[in-house]
Amino acid sequence: MSILIDKNTRVITQGMTGKVGQFHTSNCIAYANGANCFVAGVTPNKGGQRFEGVPIYDSVLEAKQQTGATVSVIYVPPAYAAAAIDEAVEADLDLVICITEGIPVHDMLRTRYRMAGRRTLLIGPNCPGLITPDELKIGIMPGHIHKKGRIGVVSRSGTLTYEAVGQLTALGLGQSSCVGIGGDPINGLKHLDVLRLFNDDPETDAVIMVGEIGGSDEEACARWIRDNMQKPVVGFIAGVTAPPGKRMGHAGAIISGGQGGADAKLAVMEECGIHITRNPAEMGSVMQKVLKG
Amino acid sequence: MKIHEYQGKEILRQFGVPTPRGKACFSVDEAVLAAQDLGATVWVVKAQIHAGGRGKGGGVKVARSLEEVRLAAEQILGMQLVTHQTGHEGQRVRRLLVEEGAQIAREFYLGMVIDRDAQRVALLASSEGGMEIEEVAMHSPEKIHTLRIDPLAGLRADEAAQVARQIGIPEASVAGTVIVLQGLYRAFVEKEAMLAEINPLVLTADGHVLALDAKFNFDSNALFRHPEIVAFRDLDEEDPAEIEASKFDLSYISLDGDIACLVNGAGLAMATMDIIKLYGGNPANFLDVGGGASREKVTEAFKLMLKNPNLKAILVNIFGGIMKCDVIAEGIVAAVREVHLNVPLVVRLEGTNVELGKMILAESGLPIISASDMAEAAEKVVAAARGN
Repeated sequence: MSILIDKNTRVITQGMTGKVGQFHTSNCIAYANGANCFVAGVTPNKGGQRFEGVPIYDSVLEAKQQTGATVSVIYVPPAYAAAAIDEAVEADLDLVICITEGIPVHDMLRTRYRMAGRRTLLIGPNCPGLITPDELKIGIMPGHIHKKGRIGVVSRSGTLTYEAVGQLTALGLGQSSCVGIGGDPINGLKHLDVLRLFNDDPETDAVIMVGEIGGSDEEACARWIRDNMQKPVVGFIAGVTAPPGKRMGHAGAIISGGQGGADAKLAVMEECGIHITRNPAEMGSVMQKVLKG
Repeated sequence: MKIHEYQGKEILRQFGVPTPRGKACFSVDEAVLAAQDLGATVWVVKAQIHAGGRGKGGGVKVARSLEEVRLAAEQILGMQLVTHQTGHEGQRVRRLLVEEGAQIAREFYLGMVIDRDAQRVALLASSEGGMEIEEVAMHSPEKIHTLRIDPLAGLRADEAAQVARQIGIPEASVAGTVIVLQGLYRAFVEKEAMLAEINPLVLTADGHVLALDAKFNFDSNALFRHPEIVAFRDLDEEDPAEIEASKFDLSYISLDGDIACLVNGAGLAMATMDIIKLYGGNPANFLDVGGGASREKVTEAFKLMLKNPNLKAILVNIFGGIMKCDVIAEGIVAAVREVHLNVPLVVRLEGTNVELGKMILAESGLPIISASDMAEAAEKVVAAARGN
């Protein structure tokens, strides 16, 4: 078991024929069961062509009807990416993973509004994607640093997720699933939503939660963990040294109006029983200690 | 992207929001002429810099004659204006706004932000105008009224009127305030702002409402479709190092420490700053070279870091995923050879082809201090910065 995706998931790639889409699709196909899982690509006006043997369709709906795929991943450029999410939602897919960085916030506001009441879940945008080790990788993370196991990882950042995963793997601790929820202010699944899934997953024993400055999602998640989570959670927040009012790379990583600072987040998380560390080099070793009790 | 007050007011007027009559000026003579043209009896001379808190810092003066306008303009133009948002050195004033004075009866606050939790645009309104909204939020949060706006319907007139009444706008001026609120909302959405503030919105003695200040921050990801906003950009208001970085698609922010860091990925870059601090050092910058860190980008990043006169050491922290460590190592070696490095350099590489990457660094003959994880890297760079 795992969360959201496994070896039986069938995936559509939106924007597969662009440079970025081609590169990452090749890598994803090469990883574990990728060759069976990546069943379709979508690029308007390129229907009928193939990339690495994968058929390309003109629309998400057509790709879904022809292949039975229920998940899509998006590499479409920022100006068109929100419309690509809309199309996947219209086609009633189960899950859309949007890798694209730099989507205008007002586009995402409209897209999230349209998603209300729909069944489709969104991960991202501006995220590395998600992976269930040894089964399926959907996104841009390096597959080989992962190891199959029983730790869940959820993070707003890409390379910092790899850092956490790398530390776990080095200590022999494998992962059930690793989810990058993205660094944008308006996004799909939040820490809380992913923690809920890990809590319900019988094959996840514990979770590493990596947050960063900006917003209050980590605090909301921490309170939920205090009241509901049955499994230990290790937490780190990036940006203790970030100055207020400056956007730290990620569009969502900004301390504004005295809100969203790392110390305040860490304090709430600690109060709620999360095993926090202020040292990003110790995410794995703190997890190891927690598991040993 | 931030703009000046006078530019913000220009946008507000396009959306029907009344502002005092005024003119942007770049010299003292221009300011006096502008005051003459406005033909008022009271003028306000306002420093135009991107930071807030200008009044307290002496950047806003009331003048009751053309001679006083001249005096005020002479004092403000060219001054280093220090406010709570500028840092100790302050910001040099290069532009002025000369406006006709308003007869202020009461002041209010209006703000618009992206509410991340509700995933909506939120209107904030308060009877406490002219104060920092953060202070109001801390001391009297009950005085801030928040309305989350339905993107399909927009800000409805009845909702806007209710907000106006909540903050104590007298009945006779509610209709005028609705026009202001709806104009502000349309400007916010159509120009794709992340933040907009009218602080204060004033009620004049004769019952008119006027935007006495205007502050906007626009979504830099949406600027590609707003050339009219890009035209407002004032490079004098931005950090030269950050402007230079943006030319090479590097995400760079200057900090006040002495250990520079070069990292791939925003989260890891923040975490690297944090771990430097945790081990007793002070980060000099945030620098994310992104996923596709080419040799050219790495070289430019080194040049940027070396421009810092306080620099004592550099830490490179790369988790190579899609980017291979050997490619990055070659980039580092080439960059170091090109820029004449004169401070210690600690490199931590992890990920794909890491052994090959480390070998390239070792065989380069360059005095590069290698570290195998983040903790060791932080420890070594802090020691190196102290001269150990």
